[in-house]
Amino acid sequence: MKHILMKGNEALAEAAIRAGCRFYSGYPITPQTEILEYMSWRMEEVGGEYVQTESELSGINMLLGAAAAGARVIATSAGPGFTLFQEGISYIVAADLPAVIVDVMRYGNGLGDVGQSQGDYWQLTRGGGHGDYRTIVLAPNSVQENADLAYLAFDLAEKYRHPVLIGSDAAIGQMVEKVELPEMIEHDIDKYDWSIKGCKKGDEQKKITNRSYYMDNYDTYLINKYKEMELNEQRWEAMQIEDADIVIVSYGISSRVCIEAVEAARAQGMKLGLIRPITLWPFPVNAFKDISADCKALMTVEMNILGQMVEDVVLATGNKYPVYSYATVKEVPETGIIIEKAKDILEGKGV
Amino acid sequence: MKIKAPESISFAETSFCPGCGHGIVARLIGEVAEEMGLTEKLLTTIDVACSSLNIDTWRFDTIMAAHGRPIPTATGIKKVRKENPVLAYIGDGAAYSIGISETMYGAIRNDNVMVIVVNNGVYGMTGGQMAPTTLEGQKTTSSKAGRDLSKTGNPFDIVKAIGQFDIAYLARGSVGNASDIRKTKKYIRKAFEKHMNNEGYCLVEILSPCPTNVNLGMTPVKCAERVDTVMADYYKTGEYVDKGGNI
Repeated sequence: MKHILMKGNEALAEAAIRAGCRFYSGYPITPQTEILEYMSWRMEEVGGEYVQTESELSGINMLLGAAAAGARVIATSAGPGFTLFQEGISYIVAADLPAVIVDVMRYGNGLGDVGQSQGDYWQLTRGGGHGDYRTIVLAPNSVQENADLAYLAFDLAEKYRHPVLIGSDAAIGQMVEKVELPEMIEHDIDKYDWSIKGCKKGDEQKKITNRSYYMDNYDTYLINKYKEMELNEQRWEAMQIEDADIVIVSYGISSRVCIEAVEAARAQGMKLGLIRPITLWPFPVNAFKDISADCKALMTVEMNILGQMVEDVVLATGNKYPVYSYATVKEVPETGIIIEKAKDILEGKGV
Repeated sequence: MKIKAPESISFAETSFCPGCGHGIVARLIGEVAEEMGLTEKLLTTIDVACSSLNIDTWRFDTIMAAHGRPIPTATGIKKVRKENPVLAYIGDGAAYSIGISETMYGAIRNDNVMVIVVNNGVYGMTGGQMAPTTLEGQKTTSSKAGRDLSKTGNPFDIVKAIGQFDIAYLARGSVGNASDIRKTKKYIRKAFEKHMNNEGYCLVEILSPCPTNVNLGMTPVKCAERVDTVMADYYKTGEYVDKGGNI
């Protein structure tokens, strides 16, 4: 397979198609609209279904129907539109349905703006809708990962009968890079024993609803499902953390600069390391076990106002190290400033 | 006395109130499906609240969708299972208030699904609050002096809303009396036939009694009489969109 040049959003869309996804619902919103546009012609080409719905609310509930009918399904949005998905995500969790749902993060509260940011971390990792639930959240940091993680998301959704979220961002979605696309597979909509097909005489009726209505010990079932995800699905990339004085924690577009910062700092004799969560949930707590006892501090580098990932890092390290945050909100962090911040921490000045 | 019902009716214990119309509508759907040989193929979506009780009283594979969303959820099923008949079953609060956008857009896209709207003029499960279909002056727990149109606008009439749309079928029936029940079954049958013929959006609204809540509580008999008179005066029954064919 050759590499080709592709925009992040389009690579994600094509990877979904190649994972056997044949149902898309969505609504135009920047910076994810290229996914919708791509799906509008590509689904037709492969005999799938594309619906530009009247709202994200309708779209996510339409997707629920297609998922319950056994199809591999995807819906994509950004910021305000992703919020409208939350009703359906909670219902999809409650009914144990596989689905892939994408938030191409944009800036801000309310309308915010169309540019890059990473302000939806809490919404992505804390449930986001009503009730208490978790979802696997994949955070790509390149066009290649937009494709690879979208492809993987369908398998994970199917494995756990659970929605899987992809927390991409405007920069990753809009940039053009080389990508190697995964192979095309076909999905059989009749393969599940739980999906609705029509109730034959003598068969058990399929009731797609809140599983707690018909299951004993649903609470334990759900807790165990999440334990299994935490055990099996932590994904991360680590870079020189064993001897690092400062470990940066960063994901998505921000993490790309951090890789450069670690290299530049090491060249100057400064021991920086990096943990890049690829799953934002389950948060890759196992990655933090390899940090040296002599490490002085950790610092999240993320693009939001409040430093949303800090508390997960504190939890992952059990308060063993001070945790700082360098949060840039709208601008991609700069290598030089990351190194300056790390120096400030080492000199006891804080960030 | 032996009670006969279609295969698809389960006789499971139910919490429908005495005098409620939902059971009649469910039975009509079951009868039509059976007569057309579709019992083993029909896929349904139901709304929350009273509509949701059908998940146990019928045997069709069923999705209990979010409030107001059974129509797009049904469309989602139909998109990927084109060989199956798909029916969305909802109340008037779901169809005409929280789900009005979904009801309209199903019609605008002419989605290939059947929609049954059970219109009883109140929010039943939550205890009888004012619905979009509550009539002028009708007392509910959230309009205790009677519905005041100067504040709420007029009761919603689906025929006025989508009666001119390019959809396959629009009819309004009633389960207030035996004659109307027979007529309503024909409307449902016609919706099924058009649906199996892939003609597009078929919506049948059905006027139905809610003795527990209408006028803050009525006897089942009085409530059924009210459906035939007060309700049917405002919400005229009949067929409104029918591209070809006769009953």
